[in-house]
Amino acid sequence: MKIVVLVKQVPDTYGERILDPATGLVDRSGSDAVIDEIDERALEVALSYKDAHKDAEVVVLSMGSAAVTVGLRKGLAMGADSAVHVLDSALRGADVGWTSTVLAAALTATGFDLVIAGNESTDGGGGVVPAMVAERLGVPPITYLESVQISDDEVAGERGTGQGKLRVHAALPAVISITERLPEARFPKFKGIMSAKKKPFTVLSLEDLGIDPAVTFAGVGRSVVLQTTKRPARASGKKIVDEGNAGVELADFLVAGHLI
Amino acid sequence: MYALTEEQESLVDAVRDFASSALAPHAIEWDQNKHFPVDVLREAGELGLGGIYAKEDVGGSGLTRSDAVLIFEELAKGDTTIAAYISIHNMVVWMIDTFGNDEQRHRWVPPLASMEQLGSYCLTEPDAGSDAAALTTSAVRDGDDYVINGVKQFISGAGSSSVYVVMARTGGAGPQGISAIVVPAGTAGLSYGANEKKMGWNAQPTRQVIFDNVRIPVNNRLGDEGTGFHIAMKGLNGGRINMGACSLGGAQWALDQAVHYLKERKAFGKLLVELQSLLFTLADMETELQAARGLLRRAAWALDTNAPNVVSLCAMAKRFATDASFTAANAALQLHGGYGYLADYGIEKVVRDLRVHQILEGTNEIMRLIVGRALVDDAA
Ligand SMILES: Cc1cc2nc3c(=O)[nH]c(=O)nc-3n(C[C@H](O)[C@H](O)[C@H](O)COP(=O)(O)OP(=O)(O)OC[C@H]3O[C@@H](n4cnc5c(N)ncnc54)[C@H](O)[C@@H]3O)c2cc1C
Ligand SMILES: Cc1cc2nc3c(=O)[nH]c(=O)nc-3n(C[C@H](O)[C@H](O)[C@H](O)COP(=O)(O)OP(=O)(O)OC[C@H]3O[C@@H](n4cnc5c(N)ncnc54)[C@H](O)[C@@H]3O)c2cc1C
Repeated sequence: MKIVVLVKQVPDTYGERILDPATGLVDRSGSDAVIDEIDERALEVALSYKDAHKDAEVVVLSMGSAAVTVGLRKGLAMGADSAVHVLDSALRGADVGWTSTVLAAALTATGFDLVIAGNESTDGGGGVVPAMVAERLGVPPITYLESVQISDDEVAGERGTGQGKLRVHAALPAVISITERLPEARFPKFKGIMSAKKKPFTVLSLEDLGIDPAVTFAGVGRSVVLQTTKRPARASGKKIVDEGNAGVELADFLVAGHLI
Repeated sequence: MYALTEEQESLVDAVRDFASSALAPHAIEWDQNKHFPVDVLREAGELGLGGIYAKEDVGGSGLTRSDAVLIFEELAKGDTTIAAYISIHNMVVWMIDTFGNDEQRHRWVPPLASMEQLGSYCLTEPDAGSDAAALTTSAVRDGDDYVINGVKQFISGAGSSSVYVVMARTGGAGPQGISAIVVPAGTAGLSYGANEKKMGWNAQPTRQVIFDNVRIPVNNRLGDEGTGFHIAMKGLNGGRINMGACSLGGAQWALDQAVHYLKERKAFGKLLVELQSLLFTLADMETELQAARGLLRRAAWALDTNAPNVVSLCAMAKRFATDASFTAANAALQLHGGYGYLADYGIEKVVRDLRVHQILEGTNEIMRLIVGRALVDDAA
């Protein structure tokens, strides 16, 4: 079983996250770059399968700037067997269309039985890359899984809907994305950290993947950031005074915010 | 020497994750309730903290002393007491791994490296502290066994540990008459005193270890008969720089708290940080701690490379780092005013914890003795 985990490097959500209004790009120098937490959980799904199936192979794959090396090394320290980094300056500011094309090409190059991604990133938040990757690879996507079972030829799990749960399954090869319902990732151990540098680490350019942007993306739509607006300063919270129906009001408030 | 390697950065990150999630949120409560969190130590073992510089064939992490000082500084930011206990445990593991034969290493190190079992270092006695070579606990040969009698004082982890490395007299007076013997918990005749009531280090037990005709096979001895004092002192070189690093971590944490506090607290219509005398206090704390960090890393490097002046460098690093860190932590308490004295802020705990680092693993007077003697002897 070869599992490829898609990991994206994002600005740490603890810090201030800044968009550069001139370019419409995320100012990546403005905050610490870390692996998106949801992608660490995706890696944990793969690693816990590997714990029980020693012959499984786990690859971490990321497309991003040179800084991604650190995140991929952390993935190796946690227990992934190898890392693939798609690095090419032509990809700066890639949108979901480009990103999914490039990831699909890289996955074709590495080969896979199962691809595991996060449901949506904390920076772009498109929530579409895994499905688009699956579409381009011609394999089934099952997204937003809240639980995952992997067997030799099938992946299954539960997918939450507003009203209930769907049990879904797909034959392998397939692409899945997972939600925060899945467990937090393990800590890297000292031994993992020290062996990470000895594990295979492949850097691929667009040329290596046989992609010439001028040809591959010619005439393809491209999202461009026209305008950015700063998040408004946090308004003061809403106070509910109990006049006998505070419980109902609280529940209404939470329902309106899709929190329950 | 000054830049960390990529691996060292990752090791420190991993320790930070562990210390901030598994230790820091509980440190005050463990101190107040005198709780020794053996379950959390097991998690520390999973990370690789149980045998930091033990070899990998017996489950150790195979890291260097230079890595270890970075690790202990970061760990102590979460809980100084637990970090210091982990240092003592590692000293025991290293002694067995280094001076034990292969059979002994494979028997004792793996469960210690995973911290499923804990270790204690038994040198001090009621009447032999700084002058440890005057110890009187005896191990008398009887066939293939030693019969041990005596009392060890101030033993960290005692009662919770599974493995006791005991320095006992197998020969005549002085350091050459001492051997290092591994005594497993549960051996008949082995018992423990009450948990001492202490100023700090409350989250780990300190007890007497009492030997009443404790019969131990001769093949539990590490190295040759008469080498025990040498083994014990070798262990302390690394122990001392770890204690320095634990002090540094606690003090650095206290300094960081003080900086935040002075940037928020107002008096006489100004933020406290705008008062130059307080700013200078912060500057002095920072400078002293950076100097301690430099000296600790130099001593760790000396230990890694087996430099000729290693004993003296470890002693001066321990002396300087534990003194500078205690002074800085105490200054952080002062800068917090009355709040610094409250348990909730965690600062007074660090001050209490760091105080004992100036006393144990060789008092700071003994450190001066080592440095001074080496200086004078070298000049001769
Ligand atoms: C205003 C704005 C500015 C931006 N600026 C930049 C920029 O300067 N530089 C830049 O690189 N991006 C930038 N982006 C991000 C980029 O356009 C998309 O976010 C990116 O193509 C992925 O889409 P997503 O984050 O919405 O993915 P989602 O669909 O939300 O991601 C879901 C999952 O797909 C996987 N995945 C997504 N992207 C990658 C990846 N690159 N490698 C591996 N796995 C991945 C992960 O598993 C992730 O959890 C910007 C986005 C916006 C909205
Ligand atoms: C909380 C705690 C935990 C401990 N854990 C352990 C442990 O796990 N294992 C272990 O073996 N021991 C342990 N110890 C013991 C510790 O190492 C000793 O307390 C220390 O070595 C000092 O010995 P002492 O208390 O007998 O003081 P003494 O040796 O009696 O010293 C009293 C004073 O005299 C000074 N002094 C003594 N000789 C000289 C000299 N020649 N020149 C100048 N000044 C001198 C000392 O510096 C000190 O200030 C622990 C102690 C404490 C408090």
